[in-house]
Amino acid sequence: MEAKEIVLVISLIILIVCAVSVNLTKNLLSAVIIYLSYSSVMCIVWVLIESPDLAITEAAVGAGVSGIMLLLTLKKVKEENERISDEIEDRRTTREILESKKAEDESLGGEA
Amino acid sequence: MNSRFRQWLDGGLDEAEMIRIMDASELPDRPREEIRQEARQKKEEFLKQEEIQKEILASRERTRWFYIFVAVLSCVCLIGVLLGLVAHLPRFGVENPLTMEVVTRYVEEGLEETGAVNIVSGMILDYRAFDTLGESNVLFTALVCVLILLRADRKNMQAGREDYYKIRSDQYYDLSHDAIMRFAGMVLMPCIVLYGMYVILNGQNGPGGGFSGGAVMGAGLILSAAAFGFDTVDRIFTLRLSNIITFVSLSFYSLAKGYVFFMGANGYDNHIPKGTPGAILSGGMILPLDIAVGIVVACTMFGFYSLFRRGCIGGKTE
Repeated sequence: MEAKEIVLVISLIILIVCAVSVNLTKNLLSAVIIYLSYSSVMCIVWVLIESPDLAITEAAVGAGVSGIMLLLTLKKVKEENERISDEIEDRRTTREILESKKAEDESLGGEA
Repeated sequence: MNSRFRQWLDGGLDEAEMIRIMDASELPDRPREEIRQEARQKKEEFLKQEEIQKEILASRERTRWFYIFVAVLSCVCLIGVLLGLVAHLPRFGVENPLTMEVVTRYVEEGLEETGAVNIVSGMILDYRAFDTLGESNVLFTALVCVLILLRADRKNMQAGREDYYKIRSDQYYDLSHDAIMRFAGMVLMPCIVLYGMYVILNGQNGPGGGFSGGAVMGAGLILSAAAFGFDTVDRIFTLRLSNIITFVSLSFYSLAKGYVFFMGANGYDNHIPKGTPGAILSGGMILPLDIAVGIVVACTMFGFYSLFRRGCIGGKTE
């Protein structure tokens, strides 16, 4: 086997490992970074199978722009989660208010 | 369930928020009995909703293994189908008389017919230019979808969240006053944009072309927005400018290709000079089409970033 073919086989194995481990990762940030490394390795594979046009596109879109989009989405999701946890906190206080109101109602009803 | 979905779609308040608002505003000028009854009603609805939530969670837990099984099964089926198809493909680089007819024509006559040294550019912008027009439309549709979903207009923002995009998203993680970021942007941004221009202008001679060069230029714009802040980029890149150049590029693309298709279909010569192969001004319509596609892609990429980051393109929100 030539050196080029060995590099190609190693890159393909890395691709499969990346594709499987994206699904098995619990942490979203790690998943995004694994996805970006997938794109970078894919860029090398495109060069090795002699399609430099696709390699440039893969490097610019796959590893660059879509990575930025995914990271921004991750930031937005985190903010949304913080907002939801704030809301749950609000709900809890609302329930406490309701409970105290109920007790108040009962005491008022007892007086009437 | 249906009414809840409708409520979510219309952006309505849920019960807890309604009680809060009611408590704050309507307490003084209404009879106590009425408020008490209403609150009791609300509370019952609130508790019922919580029970529904618990039921949903329990049913999800029950069907979890079924979903995992179906997912693995469909994945294995897809892998089998794809591997079976790959086994039927001809070997890489081996000539196959049954499938290579069109390819042989492209490789042998491509330089003469399109004037492009890079056969891939000759294919995607000359022989198969209609497909590339469809690709541009797909990108445009994606931008429209992102605009609908993420634009910070009145409908997309719930009550009381008007400053949400501004405060949380724009300033909390803003790195534009970071010295390292500014210096790196100053050094890298011109190189990236210049490289993008090189890739676009040499699309007919070497690897590259409109889409990849446009993506590189868009990445340069994104870097400048991240390093120098949106205020700097907004001075040159406004929504109006973005609309104008996107419209001009797309309509130029459609008109130019429409002209070429019309002349070609009716058997006329289209009178577009091919130029010397290898020079920048060569390849007939390929260079202007590459420039048009590149501009659209650069605007779209930066528009995506801007919409994801702060919910608008170029300065003002509404």
